[in-house]
Amino acid sequence: MTTTEPFAPEIRLEAIESLLLEKGLLDLDRVEQRLEMITTELGPMNGARAVARAWVDPDYRSRLLEDGTAAVRELGIDGPQVEMLVVVENTPEVHNVVVCTLCSCYPWAVLGLPPAWYKSPEYRARVVREPRAVLADFGTEVAPDVEVRVWDSSAEVRYLVLPERPAGTGSRSESELAALVNRDSMIGVRRAGQVDD
Amino acid sequence: MGGMEGFGPVPVDDDVTFHEPWERQAQGLAIPVQVAARSNLDAFRHAIERVPPAQYLEGYFHRWARAFETVLVEGGVLAAGELDERLTGQTPSTAPARTTKAVPGGSGAKRPGDTPARFEVGDQVRTTAARTSGHTRLPGYARDRAGVVAAVSGTWVLPDTNAHGEGEQPTWLYSVRFPARELWGSGAGEADVVYLDCFETYLEPVT
Repeated sequence: MTTTEPFAPEIRLEAIESLLLEKGLLDLDRVEQRLEMITTELGPMNGARAVARAWVDPDYRSRLLEDGTAAVRELGIDGPQVEMLVVVENTPEVHNVVVCTLCSCYPWAVLGLPPAWYKSPEYRARVVREPRAVLADFGTEVAPDVEVRVWDSSAEVRYLVLPERPAGTGSRSESELAALVNRDSMIGVRRAGQVDD
Repeated sequence: MGGMEGFGPVPVDDDVTFHEPWERQAQGLAIPVQVAARSNLDAFRHAIERVPPAQYLEGYFHRWARAFETVLVEGGVLAAGELDERLTGQTPSTAPARTTKAVPGGSGAKRPGDTPARFEVGDQVRTTAARTSGHTRLPGYARDRAGVVAAVSGTWVLPDTNAHGEGEQPTWLYSVRFPARELWGSGAGEADVVYLDCFETYLEPVT
């Protein structure tokens, strides 16, 4: 880039788009279809179904922890970024949290596209080095004797946290439980039922 | 940028996928740009990594917009300066020759391998100390650090070669467990650990 003008991404993207169109290298209908699919069909409602099933069905929980990709496919959930989905389970002894320090890798099929904070330099830089302080930014306290495991998505394996089932939910149905599973609890920065319930 | 110091609180309320319509447009262009340039995801990531540091921090989709131009120029789709000419209303350059070295990938990144895995679960390993100016998926904070193999995760496209037109070279991948104190020193939490996915080429046995 040789211009000394401030970088204006929206103008440059328009120009890139028009150049690709002129060269016959872009199908805008296909682009829009894909955007529509990844922003509406994919999302945390998919991951929440798998978590709720695991909470009520011990055999499903075992399969989910053994092979996440196969287990979510059982529920009809598939799509980008879950070629190898690894589900890691929070317990009274272990708290898991997921990051991609190198870019923004995220299990789209079960969580949708990542929120802006997940892609922020603050999260990417800090959560591997001071995970408890970052969890505190989200209002999440983890006891000192609990092992905090940070999963840095450095290859194409994708991670989903199986949060702990909230206390006092014994009588809830599977779909009621799914409503307690917020996105952040499946990244590992909050607990299930902590917000959005 | 894992471990880089000086950043403040995580912007936990910055919860949206796209702040403005152009960010959505950028998301949509990522794959068509790679296809048009006969490039691949690893080469795109390398283009993002080459955005100069100050510009890198302007914003997530800002660096994507910069990287698109890099990928398209290196793929021979745009001549160097063609985008600027378009923006300043100058005459377009003549059609450029293709210069790309990256090779389009197939679906996904798992590939059959033809060598046995060098390590098994429980093996002590140390990551390479070597630095590279090219693309790699070994984070800087985890160079020359000792860990234990926690899982053997199959064979996958090697980003270090695939980003540079040197082939997919299917390579064994391992989940490796590092104590936080091995990575960050004695100030790190005693009960904290980091799991990283490490390609076999990043690892040496600890004897």
